[in-house]
Amino acid sequence: MDAPLIEFQNVTKRFGDKTVLDRVNLQIYEGQVTTIIGLSGAGKSVILKHIIGLIQPDEGVILFRGQPISGTKKSVLDASLARISYMFQQNALFDSLTVYDNIALPLRETTNLKKTEIHRRVMARVKQTELTEAVGKYPSELSGGMQKRAALARALITDPQIVLFDEPTTGQDPVRKNAILSMIAQYQRKFNFTAILVSHEIPDVYFISNRILALYNRQIVFQGTPEELESFDHPFMDEVIGSLEALQKELTGLYSRRQFKILNHVQMKRRSQKDPYCLVVFGLQELHAIMSRVGYDTAQEVLSTMGLYIDKHFSAIGGFSTRRSTNEIITMVPYSSLAETEGIVNDFVRDFNAYMVPRIGETACRSASGASVDLVILAGIAEGQAQGDIDSVILLARSQQKEIGRLSCAAGE
Amino acid sequence: MAFDATIRTQYNNNGTREGWSWLDPFAAIGRMVIGWVNNLGAAAIFLALALWQAFRRKQFSKIIQQIYFIGARSLTIIMLVSLFTGMVLGLQAHHALRQFGAEGAVGSLVALSLIMELGPVLTAIMITARAGSAIAAEIGIQRISEQIDALQTMHINPLRYIVSPKIIAAIISFPLLTAVADLVGIFGGYLSAVMLLGLNAGVYWHSTQVYVVLADVTNGFVKSIVFAVLVATVCCYQGYFAHMRRDSHGAQAVGLATTSAVVISCVLILVSDYVVTSLLI
Repeated sequence: MDAPLIEFQNVTKRFGDKTVLDRVNLQIYEGQVTTIIGLSGAGKSVILKHIIGLIQPDEGVILFRGQPISGTKKSVLDASLARISYMFQQNALFDSLTVYDNIALPLRETTNLKKTEIHRRVMARVKQTELTEAVGKYPSELSGGMQKRAALARALITDPQIVLFDEPTTGQDPVRKNAILSMIAQYQRKFNFTAILVSHEIPDVYFISNRILALYNRQIVFQGTPEELESFDHPFMDEVIGSLEALQKELTGLYSRRQFKILNHVQMKRRSQKDPYCLVVFGLQELHAIMSRVGYDTAQEVLSTMGLYIDKHFSAIGGFSTRRSTNEIITMVPYSSLAETEGIVNDFVRDFNAYMVPRIGETACRSASGASVDLVILAGIAEGQAQGDIDSVILLARSQQKEIGRLSCAAGE
Repeated sequence: MAFDATIRTQYNNNGTREGWSWLDPFAAIGRMVIGWVNNLGAAAIFLALALWQAFRRKQFSKIIQQIYFIGARSLTIIMLVSLFTGMVLGLQAHHALRQFGAEGAVGSLVALSLIMELGPVLTAIMITARAGSAIAAEIGIQRISEQIDALQTMHINPLRYIVSPKIIAAIISFPLLTAVADLVGIFGGYLSAVMLLGLNAGVYWHSTQVYVVLADVTNGFVKSIVFAVLVATVCCYQGYFAHMRRDSHGAQAVGLATTSAVVISCVLILVSDYVVTSLLI
C-alpha cells in the first residue's frame, strides 16, 4: 500500500477532565473514501477537526504526506490546508447569504478570479448538485436535503483534494441518506478527491467506502476494508454495528451483509451437505446514468421500493435479502428448488410489473428531465448446495441475469 | 498549621472542598480581577488583529455595507434623541439662567454641553443600543452555528471577513453621527429657547459662535472615536467568544453575550468619557 496521506500517531485530546481521543493511531490514503464509524459522542468529529486544523492535539503527532503538521512552516501548512474542504454536520451555511452567495464565498474571498469566471464555476456546481431552482433562495427556505447539497456544492467549489464530511446524512430520511451517500461516491469518482466521512449509516456507507476506521472507547480499534470489518471479532461489533444494523433492518426491510451471512450460516448448518437452496440476484441497470437523469433522491426511492417489495414477497416463503452494492439486492430462498424458485420469481415479476412498476414509474418519470430514461430491472437465479461456497452461486446468478421489468419515461413526459 | 485559613478548609472523599476560609472572598476577588485582566489582554489582541486585517484586500465593500448598517440606519434615532436633548437643555438653561439675567448664554451652554459631552456620549449609547447589540447577536449566532468555523475551513480569516469591517465602520460612523447629533441638538435648543420661550435668535447664535471654539469640536470627535473603538471591540468580542461563556450555552449564551456587550459598552463609554475629558482639559 502507498504511504498514507494523513497519519495520526498516538494522538490524545482532552476537553477539561474528559479524554476524547486516547493515543489514536490511524492512516488515511489518497484517492480513497475512508469512513470513521462509532457511537455518538465517541469523538469522530474531533478527528476531522484535527485534520482541518480547527483543533490541536494535546499529545501525539499528525502527519500530512509524512511531514508532522506541528513542525511545518505556516506558509506550507496553509497551502496544504487550502486543499482541504469541510462539510459540517449542520451544514454551517451563512443564513444571511443566498445559496449562490454561499457557494461563491470561498472563490470571492480567497481567489482573484473575475466575476464572470466565479459565476461560471458556481453555476456549474449548482447544476451538478441539482440546485438550479434554489440558487436565489436563503438556506432557511430550503429543505434539509437541499441544504446538504448546497453545503456540498460549497465544499467542492474550490476543487479540493481532500473533502471531510461530518455526518453528511444526519437528519435525512432513509431514501435521502442513500441519495447523499451516492452523490458523495459519484463526485469522489468524478473529481477524484480523497473523502473522509463520519457516518452512522451502516451498512449503506460500506458500499461507498474503501476503508473503514472504527472508533471505540477513545481509540481506533479497526482499520480495513468493509469486508474485513465483517469478520472482525471485537465487542465493537456487538455494541455498535449490531445496534446500527438492527435499526437499518427496521427502516429498509433488508439485512446487512453481516446479518445476511450469519442468517445464511445458521440456516445452512441445519441442512445436510447436499441439500439445495436457491439464490436470486436483483439489479437495477446503469444506476449512475439513471441518477443523473432522475436525480439521486428518486433513484434511491426506486431502489428502496424495490427492496421493500422483494422482502415482502420472499419473506413469506422463508427468504431473506441483503443489499450487496448500491444497485444490487440478493435474496436467499433456502427451502426451494430451482424450478420452484423460478415459479416464485415469475409470480414476483407478474405482481411487480402489475403493481410496483406503475408506482415506480409515477415517481421516476415525474423527476426525469430532458432526455428519455429507461429503468431496467434484472434478475438472475442460481442453485447452490448447503455447505458450498455462496460467492460462486452469487456470481452464477449474476451471470444469468435477464430483464424482468422495464419502464420507459419519454422525453418531456 | 502555620495559617489559620487552612484549619477550616477540609476536603471530602471526592476531593471536593468543604467548609470555608476567611481568605475565600479575597480569592474570589483575585480570580475575578485575573479574569478581567485576561479578557482585557485578549480583547486588546483581538482589536489589534482586526485592525491589521482592515488593510487586507477586498475589505472596501464590506466596510461600506457596515457604515450603512451602523451609520446610515442609526441616523433617524440619533437625530430624534439629540433633538429632544437639545430642546430640554434649552428649556432648562433658559429657566436657570433667567434667574441671573443671563439668558444670553443659553446658546453657548446648549452648544458646549452637546459638543463636548452629550453629543458623543448619547450618540455612542444609542449606537450601542441599536447596532452594538445587533453586532454581538449576529456574531454570536454565527459562532454557535459553526459559521465562523466554516470560514476557517474555507481559509477565510473570520477577523477579516466579520470583525474588521465592523470596527472600521464604527470608527468612521461615530464621529459623523456625533456631528449630526451636535447640529440637531443645537437646533433643538434653538426651538425651545427661541421659538417657544422667546429668546432673541441673534443672541442665541451669537453666544454659540463666540464661546464654541474648534478645540471643543475636535475634543468631541476624539471622544467619539474612542467610544467607537470601545463599543465595536466589546460588541464583536462578546459575540465572537459567546461559545466560551461559562455561565450558559447555545442561544442563551448569545442572549447573555448581547446583554454583556450593551452593559459593558455603556459603562466603558461613561468611564472613558471621564478619562478622556480629564486628559483633554
